[in-house]
Amino acid sequence: MTALLPLLILMTSAVPAVITFFLAEDSHRLRNTLNLAGAVLKLALIVFMLREVAAGTVYETRLNFAPGLYLLLRADALSLLFLTLSAFLWLLTTVYAIAYFEKEHDLSRFFGFFSLCVAATTGIALSGTLISFFIFYELLTLSTWPLVVHKQDDKSLAAGRSYLSYALPGSAVLLIAIIWLESATGPLEFAMPHPLGGLEEASLRAIFALFILGLGVKAALVPLHGWLPGAMAAPAPVSALLHAVAVVKAGAFGIVRVIYDVFGIGLVAQLGVGLPLAMLASVTIIWGSIRALQQTEVKKRLAFSTVSQVSYIILGAALAGPYAVIGGLVHLVHQGLMKITLFFCAGIYQERAGITRIEDLGGIGPRMPWTSVAFSLGAMGMIGLPPMAGFITKLYLGIGAIEAGAPWVVAVLAGSTLLNAAYFLPLLYRIWFLPGNEDLPVAPAPGLVVPAAVTAAAALGAGLFAGAAMSPLGWATLIVTREYMP
Amino acid sequence: MSLILPLLAAVPLLGAIAAVLAPRAGKGIGLGVAIVLLAALAVLVGGLNTPVVLPLGGWEPPLGIALRVDGLAAAFLGLAAVVMTGVLIAAPYRGAGREAAAFWPLALLLWGALNAIFLSRDLFNLYVGLELLTLAAVALAALSGSAGALAAAIRYMVFALMGSLLFLLGVALTYAAHGALDLAALPGRNPQPTDALAAGLMTAGLLVKTALFPFHAWLAPAHSGAPAPASAMLSALVPKASFYILLRLWFEALPDLGRPGFLWLMGALGTAAILYGGVMALRQARLKLVIAYSTVAQIGYLFLVFPLAGGGGAAQPWAAGAWTGVVFHALAHGLAKAAMFLCAGLWLAAAGNDRIEALRGAARATPMAVFAFALAAISLMGLPPSGGFTAKYLMVTSAFAAGAPYWALGPLLGGLLAAAYLYRPIAAAFAPVEPELRPVPRGQQAVPLALALGAIVLGLASAPPFDLLQIGRPEAAARGVE
Amino acid sequence: MNVTVLGLCGALLVGIGVFAFLWQRHLLRRVLAFNVIGSGIFLYLGAAGARGGAADPVPHALIITGIVVALSASALAVALVLAHLHASSATRLPEDEP
Repeated sequence: MTALLPLLILMTSAVPAVITFFLAEDSHRLRNTLNLAGAVLKLALIVFMLREVAAGTVYETRLNFAPGLYLLLRADALSLLFLTLSAFLWLLTTVYAIAYFEKEHDLSRFFGFFSLCVAATTGIALSGTLISFFIFYELLTLSTWPLVVHKQDDKSLAAGRSYLSYALPGSAVLLIAIIWLESATGPLEFAMPHPLGGLEEASLRAIFALFILGLGVKAALVPLHGWLPGAMAAPAPVSALLHAVAVVKAGAFGIVRVIYDVFGIGLVAQLGVGLPLAMLASVTIIWGSIRALQQTEVKKRLAFSTVSQVSYIILGAALAGPYAVIGGLVHLVHQGLMKITLFFCAGIYQERAGITRIEDLGGIGPRMPWTSVAFSLGAMGMIGLPPMAGFITKLYLGIGAIEAGAPWVVAVLAGSTLLNAAYFLPLLYRIWFLPGNEDLPVAPAPGLVVPAAVTAAAALGAGLFAGAAMSPLGWATLIVTREYMP
Repeated sequence: MSLILPLLAAVPLLGAIAAVLAPRAGKGIGLGVAIVLLAALAVLVGGLNTPVVLPLGGWEPPLGIALRVDGLAAAFLGLAAVVMTGVLIAAPYRGAGREAAAFWPLALLLWGALNAIFLSRDLFNLYVGLELLTLAAVALAALSGSAGALAAAIRYMVFALMGSLLFLLGVALTYAAHGALDLAALPGRNPQPTDALAAGLMTAGLLVKTALFPFHAWLAPAHSGAPAPASAMLSALVPKASFYILLRLWFEALPDLGRPGFLWLMGALGTAAILYGGVMALRQARLKLVIAYSTVAQIGYLFLVFPLAGGGGAAQPWAAGAWTGVVFHALAHGLAKAAMFLCAGLWLAAAGNDRIEALRGAARATPMAVFAFALAAISLMGLPPSGGFTAKYLMVTSAFAAGAPYWALGPLLGGLLAAAYLYRPIAAAFAPVEPELRPVPRGQQAVPLALALGAIVLGLASAPPFDLLQIGRPEAAARGVE
Repeated sequence: MNVTVLGLCGALLVGIGVFAFLWQRHLLRRVLAFNVIGSGIFLYLGAAGARGGAADPVPHALIITGIVVALSASALAVALVLAHLHASSATRLPEDEP
């Protein structure tokens, strides 16, 4: 059972993906049932596993390719953090996507790649070796491209081209980093202690830089973030998934893995590479916020906000004090919940009210109260207002920064909070307080509103009940106390 | 079990004769041969634990000629069988027209020649096999009979004959010096001053036939001018046969002749081929030319085996990583390239021309073929999980472990170039227009899909082929040529 | 006859043939050049076989096989050259046209 469960969890998305490709275009009911069943089953399996892993069980599946080249799926506490987030949001996004598309064309292709994308994310979360991670990382690149270009218009094709021209060289750099490291050490397992003494410090620094470069493309670290705003051309459920779980998170998660499970905090400190990374993350946080402020389209502003917010995770990981790490890890979940809410709502505004530009948002609050409440909760979370989840992140990051002897980070956090407020509050003001051109209420389908409401409630709950053992914060604390700083 | 060996070469040749005598039954004969050979290979590979040797007529070398199947031979025999079966199923030739009457015997002759090469252990036998292969390949390249195809076939023939003669001259020098032609007898020979010249001549001849840059000029017009099923064989299999002989020659017969300069030159030419082929593929407007120049690039990877073999590094859990990786590359490229040319053939028939713009909307009209093309592209780019990735991983790791990371440049840049030149047809296929393609039956799209899946499965289940290749692996594969 | 003279004649033929093969542009001449090179190599092989004093049968077998192979190659080459002549009224490859 312990050997089977990780594989089974992977299969709950991979099998529906493969079957979906072969379904006829008009078999909507079968396709929807299949994808929802996969998502529900996966969530159930993960909930079961969460309890077991908290109790100390280790789940491990090995698939041999060639000697030394094997796929290792291993569920540790960090995997589960990401895995639970992805499974939960996949279920909601599937519900949302079904309502969003209703009966458009090419849906079998869409849902096939959609599930494949989630399978890849699952694989990334469960990967126990660098090569396993790389394999799923590439699968993610390949399965998201058809989603980005789904509309097949010139804009999305250009976005798809830009995405690949960032992602593929990024992967090549990542592969160089992995192979350079493993050519000296042999295959590395995250869970095994592996001294990297065979390499000189200069080589190790170069390898670390290559890792950051390769993973930074997906994590949208400035200046590697150019593909992300363009990818907005994709349909709303794709943007939601891309920004909250799949692509950017895969990059950030990879950076956490590299710092803690490949190099180890001790070596990162010894090499002196943590501080430059923290500074790069800080630059990204501020730059992303400034760019967000300049945008006039809702989705573009959210996209630059993602650039900024994802770097909180990297900042926390790079600072390496216990509180900072907890803050970074927990933001992996918090940012996912808040950002997916915002994208769900932006999609509803666009699809049901035809609003893409910020200036047209006037008066939409009273017309679409549920959606707008959810949007407002997400935005307040992003700013970091208590008691939202985002507040917890910033609190832990701030304490962690002082603890790690980097008080300048507090200034970055404060500046970023001000900028967040500057680009989100005008939206909220327009939504609730400015009159619009129309005042007819719009009633979006429950399939659209319910997921947004659920994620907004989750973002609120993650903040309100942060002290609970099974809250994201509780789990992040468990990871840090058990695995990295016992 | 050793009695299967001669059958592997004889059955396709007999099939070729039968197809000449009964031209209308060509397809039936071809598929019959395919079934027999697949079954025979399944038995052979299934029971292969140590190399199987058959001295023909009971005469042991050096007097007699031996056939031998080790892991390397089995892998290439298997590649040929899978690709040929796919091509024979997909080939649309029916009836007794000129093209149909010529296609089936030539295809079977080509298969017989390939298998003869993969089984042979004797330099002169290898020469005869190479010549048979060249004759069949040139004739297939000329099959359409158009002026362009004929010129391409003649150019191919000029290069190939030059290559054959160089090889033959090297064989003659070797025999004159040692009185032996058996590959196994040569490592223990009494070194002669002419050895280097003989090896150089044979190598030069084989390089011309493998179309390594800068001897590639004949390849693109010949491969793109042939009908698609023929292109699939020409691109996927034919250059592999001469490369196979190079592997046998340098890793088994004459490893002691390797010099750093020679190994470096091979690696440099290979890297140049990867970059040149990739850039040229990027500049083509016709799909078949893109695929053909891609072959020029992919052949370059194979030659990295010369500088990389032996650069194991103590940290790796395998020996002979570069050698195995290169063979994986040959196998994955064979499957993927055959799939691509078969797809190109379907689109050529459906659109009337093979310009990349003609593919617009193909994703809607021929979804399975587009999917097959994309899967094949994944393997050519070396993205996981595919045979191409396993190959790239082994090669690049060997380059770093050997302390020569510059040899990793070719595979890594080559992968990005492949992504760039294969992106254009795939993006065109996804263009949002009503396709102007005539419909293609799903059955016809299934063959390239199966071949492309083969290239992926080679990466997903790489352990069995990896272990197979270690059977009877030459010592120099792990130690390096020196 | 002296074996060394045979071998040298073979080498000379190969040289002449290679020169013609690379220099000539008329396709039929190149086919002939190919045959001259082949004959040179076979002569050299024969000389090599006779060198030990007693006649070695292996080169004879090789030469006979080689001649058959070269003949088939020449036949195919001539057929292609003829077909090319009919299709494009040219006796050279497009890139070699004056």
